Amino acid sequence: MNLRELITGKSGDKQFLLGNEAAVRGVIEAGVNVAATYPGTPSSEIGDILSVIAKDSNIYFEFSANEKIAMEIAASAAASGLRSFTFMKHVGMNVASDSFITTAYTGIVGGMVILIADDPSIFSSQNEQDSRHYAHLANLLVLEPSSCQEVKDMVKYGFELSEQLKLPVIVRTTTRISHMRGIVELGEIEDNSTEDEVHWKKGMFIKNPSQFVPVPVNAQRMHIELIEKMQKARQISNNSDLNKEIKNKSNYGVISSSSAFNYAYDVIKLNNMDLSILKLGLSHPFPDKKVINFLKNLDEVFVLEEVDPIIEKELLAVIGQNKLNVTVYGKLDETFPKYHELNPDIVENGFNKILHLPKKEYKLNPDIEKLTNQTITRNPILCSGCPHRAIYYAVNKVLEKLKIPEKNVIFTSDIGCYTLGINPPYNTADYLLSMGSSVGDSCGFSIATNQLIFGFIGDSTFFHSGISPLLNAIHNKQKFVLTILDNRITAMTGGQPNPGIAIDSMGDEAPEISIRKIALACGVEFVRVVNPFNLEQVIKTYIEAIKHEKVAVIIAKSPCTLIKGLTKRPPVKLEYSNCTNCNHCIDQLACPSISTNDNKIIIDQSTCNGCNICVQVCKYGAIKPGEIK
Amino acid sequence: MNSKKNNNNDYSMYICGVGGQGIIKTSIIIGEAAMNQGLNVIMSEIHGMSQREGSVSTQLKIGDYNSPLLSEHTADMLLSFEPIETIRAIKKANKNTKIIINTTPIIPYSQNKKYPNVDNLISILKDNYKNTQPIDGNKLALNAGNTLSLNMVMLGAAIADNNFPISKNNIIESMKNNLNPKFHKINLNAIEKGYQWIKK
Repeated sequence: MNLRELITGKSGDKQFLLGNEAAVRGVIEAGVNVAATYPGTPSSEIGDILSVIAKDSNIYFEFSANEKIAMEIAASAAASGLRSFTFMKHVGMNVASDSFITTAYTGIVGGMVILIADDPSIFSSQNEQDSRHYAHLANLLVLEPSSCQEVKDMVKYGFELSEQLKLPVIVRTTTRISHMRGIVELGEIEDNSTEDEVHWKKGMFIKNPSQFVPVPVNAQRMHIELIEKMQKARQISNNSDLNKEIKNKSNYGVISSSSAFNYAYDVIKLNNMDLSILKLGLSHPFPDKKVINFLKNLDEVFVLEEVDPIIEKELLAVIGQNKLNVTVYGKLDETFPKYHELNPDIVENGFNKILHLPKKEYKLNPDIEKLTNQTITRNPILCSGCPHRAIYYAVNKVLEKLKIPEKNVIFTSDIGCYTLGINPPYNTADYLLSMGSSVGDSCGFSIATNQLIFGFIGDSTFFHSGISPLLNAIHNKQKFVLTILDNRITAMTGGQPNPGIAIDSMGDEAPEISIRKIALACGVEFVRVVNPFNLEQVIKTYIEAIKHEKVAVIIAKSPCTLIKGLTKRPPVKLEYSNCTNCNHCIDQLACPSISTNDNKIIIDQSTCNGCNICVQVCKYGAIKPGEIK
Repeated sequence: MNSKKNNNNDYSMYICGVGGQGIIKTSIIIGEAAMNQGLNVIMSEIHGMSQREGSVSTQLKIGDYNSPLLSEHTADMLLSFEPIETIRAIKKANKNTKIIINTTPIIPYSQNKKYPNVDNLISILKDNYKNTQPIDGNKLALNAGNTLSLNMVMLGAAIADNNFPISKNNIIESMKNNLNPKFHKINLNAIEKGYQWIKK
């Protein structure tokens, strides 16, 4: 399917959509005016699609420098009477949370929907926090879609709810929902056309400091108003069709949301089990009355949700308050695990345990079992021609040259492809917390230890949250070598633009922000820009940087090899007559283009990107640079 | 939930391989073809780090299902683009599962483990799963005109299964709708080569 069909698809048409594509269609159908994000898996595709179709659907779209800014853009747009949408991965919400929590107090004028994509089982993140806690923290509504159809419908309905209650609404997905594909029946598109000079409709902010400026006297009142709004929201939740019962006869029931509902539904159906289900699509505020009604005639209830026992605790509160005699099986009693995502097998075995049915287990034949132990894990690795590999090789070389033992060195890493430095042979990631943490952590280690500290951060991550800790480091006289791996793109999430390049999120020309000038303005005295593939220059620069008694910044500037339209460098050539098959190139570089067959080195010409780092690494001069035609 | 129920058409697939082999695209082609044939279809894919030589898999269920994830032991077909990826997914298979396995390995960087012998791996598979069919997909793709058409060879092999619920015509239409017209001829050729390999 061509992505344009997300705009041209007519009401009643059916499309086979990814959850994230369905979210975009929901945004289009809702006639959204402004959308902003910072890219993060599993929500990235929403931004990738919006960046292509924003202009044709009258939407202003931007990849903001971080999630907090994206949240603030959406909040201000909604305060100006427009419909606004922001979306991010779960950990992005941590960054956005400061402004987010106060948007619940100020409320909004136009509709505002926040899509948060959680990552149970940690496919591509640093934790598996459950973002529904944010709804409890801020006191806001949560919609939990289970299917692609519901993703679209709930995003659209979220705007109606938001405008009805004058509150932002959260749509919470998980990796399995964002990256699920299913049939979606399209709805009508609300008109968002504009006569303004720009391609999106402009709103009007009407001054009202008592609503929009939460100084204590206002904030104290706002909190009471928020509680009142959420009381109304609870009535909506109790009456909503999004919270629906699927009746059966037995005295067992299931309360569930999101993907967990799908597993419960399929397992119950396939095994002809006699369990009633209450599916929660609007899970916060908790539909207490509907739940009490569901519990009539039930003695025992399973709660299925991902990741934390949030619905379960709400349920126990309702049972306690109303002195009901119902037993609850969930995460708290360890019927289901408190970590990672669920799946049909986990759900079925949880049911079987309580219902005294046999545990389902399939034994593999011992020969097959043996083979399963031989499956080498395919750790993601740095691409052929990746500039990060060259830097990591050089840093290790420098330490070897200066005879600095490994234990005296700390590598702080950050969020991006370069976190793959954790793997051998690089071993250049010792500590990592969050976006931008390499710089703040380096500050801490500089105070706490006498070890030599190297921080690694990408260009996009530096813009996101690396700047304030850098100026902190200078002002507080700390010492470390910070490498800014400037590969001219936000690579890990699929190649989104960032403020360091001369193009904006909708493909127009934009001012390019200089990382070098930022470092200088932060007060860094040692700032060098290097070409990562010039090994000699890089090594020399690192030796100088280590000798510098203060913070030193090295900007390793070379584009990510995955950027489309780059001029392809010619692949290297291996001269077999000089190659001793010593494996040094493989052991030092772990480049996917270099492998061995029958103990002979092979360089794959079709995948080699001609970065020539192996040419410089080979001790026997057996690898020659390719000739430029 | 109110889909067109037709048990005869229920079909669960697990498709696996390595990033860059075209696994997600292949799955989308099958999914869209199922939808166009009036079947209910649902699918799960994992993105993220897969572009960087990682394992990639999709799960696809045709029929009245809500969840795209396959329970252990329930796949009707395991379509594997790479030998050890077959083993990684083997818990999804039962003794009747049709296992189509591309024989060309993609050997990952590893400091301590050796890639298993492929002939041995296939013979163990055949002993335990009677509907195992190895296919030299890379060679067939090259013969079709481009090694990158491997995923179309595998698609052709999949649809040759007698129980596969989607017509060859619908699959071809869906392929044309999803891939660059410039490569339609090679892709059609590749689908046919995979199809004939299994049929013969």
